[in-house]
Amino acid sequence: MDRKQFQKGIKDGIPIALGYFAVSFTFGMMAVSGGMGTWQAVLISLTNLTSAGQFAGLDIILAGGSYWEMALTQLIINLRYCLMSFSLAQKLEKGIAGVHRYVVAFGVTDEIFGVSASQEGRLSPWYNYGAMCVAIPGWTLGTLAGAVSGNLLPAFMVSALGIAIYGMFLAVIIPPAKTNRAVLLVVIGAMAVSTLFAAAPGLKKVSSGFVIIITTILVAGIAAYFCPVKEESADES
Amino acid sequence: MSHNIYLYILVMAGVTYLIRMLPLALSRREITSPFIRSFLYYVPYACLAAMTFPAILSSTASVISALAGFGVALIAAYKEKSLLTVALLACGAVFIVERFL
Repeated sequence: MDRKQFQKGIKDGIPIALGYFAVSFTFGMMAVSGGMGTWQAVLISLTNLTSAGQFAGLDIILAGGSYWEMALTQLIINLRYCLMSFSLAQKLEKGIAGVHRYVVAFGVTDEIFGVSASQEGRLSPWYNYGAMCVAIPGWTLGTLAGAVSGNLLPAFMVSALGIAIYGMFLAVIIPPAKTNRAVLLVVIGAMAVSTLFAAAPGLKKVSSGFVIIITTILVAGIAAYFCPVKEESADES
Repeated sequence: MSHNIYLYILVMAGVTYLIRMLPLALSRREITSPFIRSFLYYVPYACLAAMTFPAILSSTASVISALAGFGVALIAAYKEKSLLTVALLACGAVFIVERFL
């Protein structure tokens, strides 16, 4: 065990845990207000550890969607983790036991990837374990707090908190769209296509999970074809 | 909810873990295809944008408060505020606007 790296991970994980708490609070609240049990919501957070995927998954569960719609939606929404794991696979210390790769994998989130990818040199899995040790409880307990108190919150607070997750999404996609024209076009294009699905008569029947899948593959595919990413910017992701 | 909720959770968690685990477990080499690299690079932006709009408009009690929250979030995100700050400012805008509706 690398105690120094573990402690460093804990330290870097604290702000992540605080941010997680606020977002997963909203998740717990929305899950319970949609009719799910408190511990079911907590179980989702503990086993999934992902924001966008859980919110989309919640929609599918509450709408009674099919299991393969669920699987496909999670695959598409969480596909970005694939690239992050590829990147971490290159960066992990050489010669570590194989089991570390399986444990580190569980904690690959946007934020934990962000801090671990920015470490100098090779990455110790203990750094990730440190970050996971605070981030996972933050995410899970936030869900519990939201699920328990969601029913007690007055309607105006539920209404205001309902927009929180979208605020976070915008905070992720807008800053790169400022400097990268292709990302800007992807953002506008994806919003336009999903609006078309929500408004056009025949397309309205398509469920929300599939709208996200179709829109993502279509827009990201077109963008990848016409604006292939140069190596440097692909590494940044 | 006619389906089994625990089966849903198993599917969600299983797929999500496999996506994270397989590259770490199997790949010791980098993806070289420029198309796939580019596709994976654009996926989060397309996906999050599609999830945000137009769903954000129906996320609060009224479209007007949602529009206010959307506007404030866009400005705060443009100024590169942190995720938490942008989210809280959007909530605050919704809260204030709904006082006047």
